Amino acid sequence: MTDGANAAPPAASSAPPRPGQLREFWHYFSENPGAVAGLLVFALLVIVALAAPLVAPHAPDAQFRDALLTPPLWQEGGDPRFLLGTDAIGRDMLSRLIHGARYSLFIGFVVVTIALVVGVALGLVAGFFGGWLDTVIMRVMDVILAFPSLLLALVLVAILGPGLFNAMLAITVVLQPHYVRLTRAAVIGERSRDYVTSARVAGAGRLRLMFVTILPNCMAPLIVQAALSFSNAILEAAALGFLGMGAQPPTPEWGTMLAESREFILRAWWVVTFPGLAILVTVLAINLMGDGLRDALDPKLKRS
Amino acid sequence: MTMTDPRPLIEARGLSKTFVVGKTIRPGSGRKLRAVEDVDLLVQRGETLGLVGESGSGKSTLGRCLTRLYDITAGELRFDGVDIAKAGSRALLPVRRRVQMIFQDPSASLNPRRRVRDILGEVLAVHRIRPRAEIGDRLGELMDLVGLRREYLDRYPHEFSGGQRQRIGIARALAVEPDLIVADEPVSALDVSVQAQVVNLFADLRERLGLTYVFIAHDLAVVRQVSTRVAVMYLGSIVEVGDTDAVYAAPMHPYTKALISAIPRPRAAGEPRRRILLEGEIPSPLDPPRGCKFSTRCPVAVDRCRAERPVLRPMPDGRSVACHLAPEATRAMG
Repeated sequence: MTDGANAAPPAASSAPPRPGQLREFWHYFSENPGAVAGLLVFALLVIVALAAPLVAPHAPDAQFRDALLTPPLWQEGGDPRFLLGTDAIGRDMLSRLIHGARYSLFIGFVVVTIALVVGVALGLVAGFFGGWLDTVIMRVMDVILAFPSLLLALVLVAILGPGLFNAMLAITVVLQPHYVRLTRAAVIGERSRDYVTSARVAGAGRLRLMFVTILPNCMAPLIVQAALSFSNAILEAAALGFLGMGAQPPTPEWGTMLAESREFILRAWWVVTFPGLAILVTVLAINLMGDGLRDALDPKLKRS
Repeated sequence: MTMTDPRPLIEARGLSKTFVVGKTIRPGSGRKLRAVEDVDLLVQRGETLGLVGESGSGKSTLGRCLTRLYDITAGELRFDGVDIAKAGSRALLPVRRRVQMIFQDPSASLNPRRRVRDILGEVLAVHRIRPRAEIGDRLGELMDLVGLRREYLDRYPHEFSGGQRQRIGIARALAVEPDLIVADEPVSALDVSVQAQVVNLFADLRERLGLTYVFIAHDLAVVRQVSTRVAVMYLGSIVEVGDTDAVYAAPMHPYTKALISAIPRPRAAGEPRRRILLEGEIPSPLDPPRGCKFSTRCPVAVDRCRAERPVLRPMPDGRSVACHLAPEATRAMG
C-alpha cells in the first residue's frame, strides 16, 4: 500500500446516487419542504388507495335513494353518514373519491411503467447504434411531439374506442417521446466515456454494454421524468374521462365523476369541487415531489 | 524466420485509420481525416514499446486500432500470427482475452455505479475463465498483485485516490491474464509522485507476468524509463522507431531531435544542450502537407522533402527512420 496515505475524500461526482449516497440524496431532498410535503401526501394517497375497501365508509356504487345530493356534513342539511355529501343518485362522495384514488394511481403507475420501459428501450437503441436507426426512431418521436398531447390522445381513443385501458394506452403513446429523448441524450453522453470503452475491451457484448454498463448511469433524469409524468398521466386520464373518452360511468374515476356532475355545478357545489380538488392535490403533491427529486439528483443545482 | 526468432506478438502492415468528418446524408459528403496512415509496427513478446508524439499525432488512435476498438480502414493487423484486421466481434472475443487496455483517466474509465468487485468480476464473467466459486479468490489475487487491500473490493471507484483508481484499472486489465496491454497515457493524469509508483508497478508486473506493453505517452521521460523500444509518431505516421537508449542518445529524425532536445535536464549533467525550437503548429490531419509530413516545420528540409513522402528505412544500427536525409544530413543538426 504505497499510495494509501493520500486516499482522497470522495470527489464531488456528477453521477447519479450510488447506494452509498442514499443519505446524501435524502439530505438534499429533505432540505426542500415542498418536496417532503409532496412525498407525505403521496404516501398517504397510496395508503388510502391500497386500503380503499377498508377505509371507505360505503361501497363506491351503493346508491342511497333517500339521500340524493346531500350536502357535506358541515353544511345545513348534511347527513352524518356522508362526510362529503352524496351525488345525484345518492352515492357517497367520500367513498367514491377514495376508490377513485385507486384508479388514478393505477393509471399513473401503468402509464409510467410502460412509457419508461418502451422509452428506455427505444432511446438506448437510438443512442447506442446511431445512424439511420436513430434517425427513424427520433423522427417518429418528433411527429408524436408535434401534436398537442391531449388532442393526440383524443384521436387515439377515438380510433381505439373509449375506455380506461385504451385511454391509458393513448396517454402512454403521448408521453413516450420524452422518455426516448431523455434516454437517447443520456446514452450518447455516456457512450463515449472510457468506462464503456473499457467494458468493450473486456469483451462485453452489445446487450451487456447497453443494459449493464450504460443504462444505470442514465437513470437520474429518467427517475425525475417518471415522477413528473406520473402526474401528467393522471391529469390526462382525468381530462379524457371528463370528455367521456376515458373511464366510463359508473367507474369512480375522478375525471369521469367531474363529467357526471357537470350539470349540478350551480346547485350542489360539492359534487364538482371534491373530485377537482382530489386531482389538484394529487398532481400538486407529485409535482412537488418530482421537483425535489430533480434538485436532489441534479448535481448542477447542488449547493455545497 | 527461424525457430529462435519467434513471431511477433503484434504486427501491423500499412495500417491506416481514416475518420470521415462532417458527413451529412448526401453520399460522398464529409472530409477524410487520416488519423493513422500507413503504419508498420512490430511488437515482440516481452518488450515494451513506447509510443510518443504530441497531441493529435494519432498515437491513441493507433493504440485503439491495435486493440481493434476501432475498425481499421486499410492494412493488415496480425495478433500472434492471426489476421484480426477485419475480424468481427465474435471472432475478436478470444483476442479480447489476450489484449487489454489501460486508460488515461482512471476516474472516467471505471464505471461509477459499480463496486470494484463487479468491475473486475465483469471481465471474468464475460470470458468465463474461472468457475464461479473461484472468482472471489481471483479478485483477491488481483488486488494483491496491484498492491491494494482486499477489503477495497467492496468500495466504489469514487472512494479511491487517483493512483489507487489507476491500480484498479490495471487490475481489471490483468484479470484475464492477457499477453499484451495497451496503456493509453496511463500516468499522465496522475500526480508526479504517484506516477513513479505506477510506472514501477508496470515494470514489476512485466517481470512477474511476462507481459508485453504498448505504452502510449507524451511524457518522454516516462517513456524512457519504461520502454525497451520507442516509436515516435508525427501526424499519423511513425517517423522513427528503435531501441530506446539508441534513440534517446542519438535521435536521427529531425522531429525526434526536437522532441528529445526539449526534455529538461539538470544543469550539472553537462553542457546545456542546444534546444531545437520548432515553429508553427502541427498541420491539420484533414489537410496534410504533400511530401514529408514534417517538411513544413523541419529545420533541414530540402526540396525533395516537400515533393516525395519518405518511408521508414532501416539504419545501420537497427532502427528505422522515415527521413530522406537520415542519417547523414541530420547528424549535423545538433
